[in-house]
Amino acid sequence: MAGAELGLGHYMAVSAALFTIGVFGIFVNRKNIIVILMSIELILLSVNINLVAFSVFNGTIMGQVFAMLVLTVAAAEAAVGLAILVVYFRNRGEIAVEDVNVLRG
Amino acid sequence: MTLIAFYILSSIVVASALFVVAARNPVHSVLWLILAFFTSAGLLVLIGAEFLAMLLVVVYVGAVAVLFLFVVMMLDIDFVALKQGFQNYLVIGILLALTLLAEIGIVVAAATFGGGETFNPNPGGPTNAEALSNVLYDDYLLLFQMCGIVLLVAMMGAIVLTLRSRPSVKRQNIAQQTGRKRKDAVELKDVRPGQGIP
Repeated sequence: MAGAELGLGHYMAVSAALFTIGVFGIFVNRKNIIVILMSIELILLSVNINLVAFSVFNGTIMGQVFAMLVLTVAAAEAAVGLAILVVYFRNRGEIAVEDVNVLRG
Repeated sequence: MTLIAFYILSSIVVASALFVVAARNPVHSVLWLILAFFTSAGLLVLIGAEFLAMLLVVVYVGAVAVLFLFVVMMLDIDFVALKQGFQNYLVIGILLALTLLAEIGIVVAAATFGGGETFNPNPGGPTNAEALSNVLYDDYLLLFQMCGIVLLVAMMGAIVLTLRSRPSVKRQNIAQQTGRKRKDAVELKDVRPGQGIP
């Protein structure tokens, strides 16, 4: 898939690596919810790279519009997630997510 | 030339993403995350999607990463205790990651990519931002406005979640302030010489 020219496959490979690292980070950092949120951001970044690469190599601009929508959702998700994290820390004094299933404030 | 730039940028992206998940201190993780975002913006510039690249820098580096940095520094957490389970989940994490990578690799390998077709960032047409705005404000206007609603709801949600009323904080009561009359606030006293106000 790798020729002399920069191709779609190159970008898909980077995107796949980023996605994998993101999922890996979620599984490895089970206790640290901040790093979990960062891993989710990495996954969304890989999706964005994929969308933009498809858009460019396909010759249509639609993929970049979708990438903008993903960007919006990622920003909103980060804001709300961190707000929930701050409230959780205020209530419990720690952010270990092992015992979040005890849903008592 | 672009290929060399691509390899350099992509290796930086992947390495910094690895450091994001492996760093002991979450502050370092955020800094690596900023590097990853910045470098992937460079990757996007490489294929001519410069508007998205700038958006990535502005939104991710300027807003999201700084938000993460604020929260990480605001919360007073024992970071060493949070890393305790790293070894336990390392094996299953690596297994899962390898499986995922293999699956994606199969899909990528199975898809056939036309090798002869070279891409042109700007084929004599409008610039990237112009082309994007042509469809964004026209065909996808509804989606664009829904984006604004999503951001508004997220903002309100974050404010509602984190707002708390503490009794020690003095707040401005606008209704009370504007409802004041002159006779409530000013009182005229007839002060006689040699005597104070009784």
